[in-house]
Amino acid sequence: MAERNKYSVLLPTYEERNNLPLIVWLLVKHLSKSGHDFEIIIIDDGSPDGTLDVAKELQRLYGKDKIVLRPREKKLGLGTAYIHGIKHATGNFVIILDADLSHHPKFLPEFIRKQAEKDYDVVTGTRYRGNGGVFGWDLKRKVISRGANYLTQVLLRPGVSDLTGSFRLYKKAVLEKLINACVSKGYVFQMEMIIRARQFNFSVAEVPITFVDRLYGESKLGGSEVVAFFKGVLYLFATT
Amino acid sequence: MAIPKLYQWLLAASTFMAAWLSYVLGFFQTNLRHEYHEIILVLPIYLLMAFASYSLALLGYRVATFNDCKEAAAELQEDVKEARKDLERIGYKYASDWQ
Repeated sequence: MAERNKYSVLLPTYEERNNLPLIVWLLVKHLSKSGHDFEIIIIDDGSPDGTLDVAKELQRLYGKDKIVLRPREKKLGLGTAYIHGIKHATGNFVIILDADLSHHPKFLPEFIRKQAEKDYDVVTGTRYRGNGGVFGWDLKRKVISRGANYLTQVLLRPGVSDLTGSFRLYKKAVLEKLINACVSKGYVFQMEMIIRARQFNFSVAEVPITFVDRLYGESKLGGSEVVAFFKGVLYLFATT
Repeated sequence: MAIPKLYQWLLAASTFMAAWLSYVLGFFQTNLRHEYHEIILVLPIYLLMAFASYSLALLGYRVATFNDCKEAAAELQEDVKEARKDLERIGYKYASDWQ
């Protein structure tokens, strides 16, 4: 009898009181609809807005086997959030995505289908190919995004079209190995994960996704993020 | 582990510059026609400029064809409405957040 696949969705949250019920509802809807076995692991970093209470309520509504809570005291960073989250994950696959509705769970069946095609180790979402795209970005933001992406293509030759994305599916063992090999933070961490995956000769596939960010409110791309990005690219350029 | 990209670039660049410089400084005899000689002299600058132009053109193309997903945004709005209704229905106790 073949082992059934189970998908552990990691959802690090910080001040996502309003979005959390919505993203969980969408995850439940799309993963149940396609008949997949899954669990949603919520890693809240001590959100002051009561995100954890919302998470507990969702656990009450959907059941402890579907909603797993792995909270932490304070904001400690993405890499450690993933490590903390997968410690008790019971799935053999791990899905990561943003909790703010910019990544839509409707793409998950496609991620899963793509992974099964050639038993890929990693499947990553791309905004830059096929039907992928973004919503409501002005010219400046598009230029910056494409420009930064071009820089990563020329310098790092990553073999994927969208290196900074964080909508991904990993085999659990692959994710564990990659996290332990990565040293960066923030979204440079996401870039490094793919670069290391290629270094370790893991197979990586892409699925076009639409990125609808900040349906409510302003997005911020500050100077410090730009600097961090350049430093990250240079670090990867010089060491990988 | 492979050689880091930075060193691959440095290796390629220094190899090219070594070859080019030794030609330009006349380290070896050649009997090239005048036109080829001219071309080789400007090759480094030409390659840089060609790369810059190509990059700019490619960037322009990619920005222009960057998909703007209005339907995805509209669909998300609908999803949010449906989600809120359904959550209220099954007894989500923080539904007042959305009022």
